[in-house]
This record gives sequence, C-alpha cells and structure tokens, in this order.
Amino acid sequence: MLRELYEQLKGRFPLGELSEKRPDLAFITLPREQLRPVLLHLRDQEGFTHLVLLTAVDWIEDDRFQLTYLLHDRQGARDIGLRVMLSRQAVIEGAPMESIHDLWPTAATYQRELREMFGIDFPDSPGVNEDFILEGWREIPPYRRDFDTLKYSNETFAPRPGRESQDPAQHMKAQLYPDGA
Amino acid sequence: MSFEWIKIPYALLTLFIVANYGFLLTAVMAKIAARVGRRHGIPVWQNYLDLIKNYGLRSSITHGVMFYMGPVFRLTGGVGLLMFVPTLYGTEMFSNMSFAGDLILALYFVFFGSLGMALGAGESGHPYSAIGVTRGLSQVTAAELPFALAVYAVAVQYQTLSVTEIVAAQQGGILQWTLFTNPIAVAAAMLSFLGTMMRPPFDVVLAPQEIPIGPPTEYHSSYLALMQTNRAIFPIAKIVIYMNLFFGGAASWPAFFLKVFLIYLVSVIVGVVFPRFRVEQSIRWFLIWAVPLGVIAIMIA
Amino acid sequence: MTQTNEDLLDDDLIEHAPVKEELRRRLVKGPDGVEFEVEPLRDYYCEAPPTVMPAAYSKIIEGLFNWARAESLWILGFGTGCGAIEMRPLMTPRFDAYRYGIQWRPTPRQSNLFVISGYLSVKTLKRVIRSYEQMPNPKYVVGLGSCTINGGMYFDSYNTITRLDEYLPVDVYITGCMPRPEALLAGFEELKRIVRAGKGEGANQYAERFDWYKANQKRVIHDWDMPDYNW
Repeated sequence: MLRELYEQLKGRFPLGELSEKRPDLAFITLPREQLRPVLLHLRDQEGFTHLVLLTAVDWIEDDRFQLTYLLHDRQGARDIGLRVMLSRQAVIEGAPMESIHDLWPTAATYQRELREMFGIDFPDSPGVNEDFILEGWREIPPYRRDFDTLKYSNETFAPRPGRESQDPAQHMKAQLYPDGA
Repeated sequence: MSFEWIKIPYALLTLFIVANYGFLLTAVMAKIAARVGRRHGIPVWQNYLDLIKNYGLRSSITHGVMFYMGPVFRLTGGVGLLMFVPTLYGTEMFSNMSFAGDLILALYFVFFGSLGMALGAGESGHPYSAIGVTRGLSQVTAAELPFALAVYAVAVQYQTLSVTEIVAAQQGGILQWTLFTNPIAVAAAMLSFLGTMMRPPFDVVLAPQEIPIGPPTEYHSSYLALMQTNRAIFPIAKIVIYMNLFFGGAASWPAFFLKVFLIYLVSVIVGVVFPRFRVEQSIRWFLIWAVPLGVIAIMIA
Repeated sequence: MTQTNEDLLDDDLIEHAPVKEELRRRLVKGPDGVEFEVEPLRDYYCEAPPTVMPAAYSKIIEGLFNWARAESLWILGFGTGCGAIEMRPLMTPRFDAYRYGIQWRPTPRQSNLFVISGYLSVKTLKRVIRSYEQMPNPKYVVGLGSCTINGGMYFDSYNTITRLDEYLPVDVYITGCMPRPEALLAGFEELKRIVRAGKGEGANQYAERFDWYKANQKRVIHDWDMPDYNW
C-alpha cells in the first residue's frame, strides 16, 4: 500500500530507498534538498496532515545524524517516515538545517529540543536557542553518543557508595542455575 | 437601657460552646461526605490537631498590617455575627447582645469577613490570592442577594427588624415557622445558603483541589489557625440566623444542636451530589433561580 | 542559553551564568507615567538566610506540639517523578490517608511535609528548593523510591540527581521502584514516630548546614537565577 505511494513519489522526486516495517508504516530515505517538496506534497496532496514527531539518531560509526520526520495520514490510517542524513562532522561544526516550522508550527518545539539535545541547529525556527529541558547546560549536547552520561553523572551528582550493577542475563543465570549447569 | 456586664461572660460561654461544636460538626460533616465516597475520612478530633499544629509552627512571616488584619477581620465577622443574634431563644444567658435592629447588623456581618479577607489577601501580593478574592467576592455577592431579599420579605411579614421578635412570632407549633408561613422566602434563602457555605458545588473559591486555593494562598501558621477557627464558627453563626429566621429558633441546647446539624446537612447533601460550579456558572445560577424567588417573596409580602 | 560550541565555553561564561531578561535590574514606567527602578531579585524576595528556630520553652508544650505535628501532616501537592502517581491512590477509598491526618495542600505556606516522589531532575530540583524554603519550620522531607536514594534506574542520567540528602535534609526514605501506596502509608507512620519523638528537625538542620547545602545545590544548578534563600 505504501509501496504504491513510494513508486508514485519516485516518479516526481529523486528518492532513496524504501524500508517497509508494517503494511501501514514505511520509511523513505531521501536527500536533504528534497525534504521540503516531499513534505509539502505529502501534506497537501496525499493527506499526511499530522506531524507525529521529529527526532534524530546519532550514527556515530557512520559519522551521520539521521533526522526522522514521521507523518500520519488520519484518513488512510497510515504513517510514513522521512529520513534525512546529515554529516555529523558538519553539524558539530555548526552547519544549519532547514526549519519546517512554517509547515507545522509544532515542529518548532521539536527543533528546539534537537538543538539542545543533539546540537543540530535550525536557525530560522522561532525560539530555537532558548533553554528547553536543560537549564544552564555546559557540556556537549547530552544525546550525542560521544557524551558519557555515567561519567558525567558520577562526577556531578555525588553518587551514594555501595551500588551494585548486574548484567540481567548473568544475574538470572546465577539465580536459576547456581551450580553453573 | 443600662448595659448588663454579666452579658459578656455569657457571650464568651456561647462562643466557646459554638466554637467547639463547630470544630466537631465540620469534622463530622467531612466524615459524612467521606462516607458517601466510601471512605472513612478524617478523625472527629482532626480539626483540633490541625489547629494546635498551626499554632505550633515556629516560623511565620507577614506581608504588612493588612495581612495581619485579614484573618482578624474574618474572625470578627464570625464572632460578631454570633454575638448579635440570640443563640437560644428565651434564655437570658444565651441571647447575647441582640437588640431591636440587629437583623441589619447581622446582614452586614455576613459580608464583613469576606471584605476583611479581601484586604488581607490583597496585601499578601500573591496573584492567586487576588484571583481568589475576585472570585470569592463576586460569588458571595451573588449568593447574598437572594438572602437579603428573603430577609426583607420576612421582616415585612413580621413587621420587625429584631431577630428575637421574629423568633417569638414563630413559637407555638411547627406550622408557625417561617418555613410554612412564607415558603418562597425560605426557598430563596436556602438556595443562597448553599452558596455561602463554601461547600460544593459553590466552593471553587477556596477548594484546595483548584490550582489557586484562593484568598488564603499565603496564609500559614497562626494566621491560618485563626482562619480555621473562623471556619468553625462562621457557618454555625450563619446557621443560627437561618434557624432563627426560618426554622423557629431553638429554646435549648439539644434543640440547637439538632437544628444546626440538620440545616448544615442540607448543604452537605447537596455538595456530595453535585459537581463544582465555575464562578460565572454559579453567579448565573443564583441570578436565574434564587433571585427571582426572592423577588416573588418580596412581592407577596 | 545553551552554548554548544567548545570555543564559547570559556570561563567567564561559566562563572557568570546569564540572568534571565525578566530578572535583570531595569527601569519600569508605571501606568501613571512615573519611571522607577526594579531589581526583581532584591525587591520580590527576602534574602535573609534561615535561622535555627528553638523549640518551645516548656517540654510539655513542645511534646503537645510534636504530637499535633505528627498527627497532622500536610503534604505539599508537588509531584516530581512517577511516584506522584502512587500518591493519588492514597486519597481514594481503598487507602484513604485522611484517616491518619494526612492531607494535601496546594501551597507551600500551609504544608509541612514535602514528598519527593521519585526521580528529581536538575530543573525540578531548582523548583523543589524554592518550594521547600517557603514552607514554615518545622518541615519534613520524605524521599520516595530508589531514585531519591541512589538514583535508581536513573543512576547514570545526565540530569537526574542521585542523592536527595545532598540537597535537602531528608527524614524518611521509602524504598521501592515504585513503592506501593501501602509502603507510603508505612513510611508516613515511621515519619510520625520520628516527629513525635521530637527528631523531625530537618528545617533546623538545613539552617545549621545552610552553606553546605547551598554549595551542593549550586554545584548542580548551573543557571542559579534566584536569591540564595527565598521566603
């Protein structure tokens, strides 16, 4: 069902690959400059009127940030996600990303969060530089995978001594088979 | 007419009895409301504990003179109301300071507490207090209107402004009560009664569940204890007026306790059944249902 | 304002956390046309540090007060983590905490018990401190769930504190993740015992070790934009 839509879209826009998760959920990877035209087309022509979420994934091994724009079609009860890959190095150096707050006003909040948590800048988005959840944050954005949260927590929050952590699999194995069988 | 000094200890004795009865009664009413929700509710002596605790708090701060005066005015409203109406009819001991024109004074005292509270809460500078005072005053004003109309209807009916004489005219059988001789005025007054008891559905002003608790937002420790005392005395004092005007008064303490309990129960029963009104809803409700009844009562009289 | 680039993280930015626009000293023109100077941090708050407040002179009176305090616990309606959900059933017919003299009050001025109900993020900690300081002495703090004890499942989080007693004096901890309402009731009973024995002196402890608590608080709250003590 979404494959048809994909084929149809592919005739109009240069798209990347399609990855189907469920009959009513699929993800399309697409080049960055195609994002706005595809979003506009999906919103105005195909009925995907609801921006469910805008989030990011840090592929630190591939040196990429992945932005996911998840859209929902209420009439057709189907979701489509658009993936845009950004160069991680460029983002860290301050390369901006286009804002879509004029398509969906809610996007401004997501972009503010991404700015704070990943350091992805959306210069046109309203209020993007205001504090969102973190107040007075001084380190690198905490959702980046090169940020060591455990180390930060131990250094900052005075952990109580005596805490033990166990690997759940090992722990259950020791519980269930004490003699190691 | 010479003033009899023995009246003062008598009045204090009345105040003492009424205050304790008020503490117990409000707790019992809270228990009744809790039982409706299948809870057990607070212990009967909880009000005393809260009172002692609030007096026992070590730190208290003030926001100025009027902040002090707010609870004092409020308590004055309750005490004054009680002092100037006869608590028990026909006894020298518990007739308090009642005199010929006391009905008008009583009406004034009903309102006095709210006004004092408005001044005090305004001084505290908390925005929620200001909101609460605005809401409280508008709702109390709307609720007092039918009561005032009903009182004037009753005053015209008995051709007197003295509560004692109104009670005297109602003696001699249950059918002599204003409840039966002037039912429309009583109906208007009872609707107004619901509104001024600060119970649901008309308690949006200072319900703790609402985000702004209302006028007492900034009040704590001894100030709050003073207001709690008033919360015990004031309803009883108001019910005494209703009892005297509409339900034949009371000639002995047992009759007093019983009648006050039953009249209080009216507002509790209504309260547990109906959900809370917003302020503009309750004002509209009073203007549509209660005020016309009061006007009719006046016209008939 | 969040500065991400490393070169912006130089020292004077860290030392002087930017004060929010509305808290800066400025000139305001009143409705009557008169200009006057406003310094919100000084004008609207009382900055005097807390003092140790002595108990009542007579032991009997203090005993009476302690008994009343124990039997009349007014909880500040402030939910911080998932534990706020566990407090709601206490009001329902099944648990009915009102039986034990426990009530919820909407304003810190009228409450004497602060239940930290679960994980506490740094952003919330700031609000918690302000609310706690506004409560009248004596006041008690109950830490609910493992998050307040050692961080619980958020032990490695970047913005969740791991030990509540570093920042506020805690009277009772209730373990569990999350503790059931029964555990809460048991914890409140324990707190009552402590208070009745006259050991619930958290507020005085806070006043005594004020500098230590403040230093701990300021170490995690980087944008400190309020007075050191708010009454």
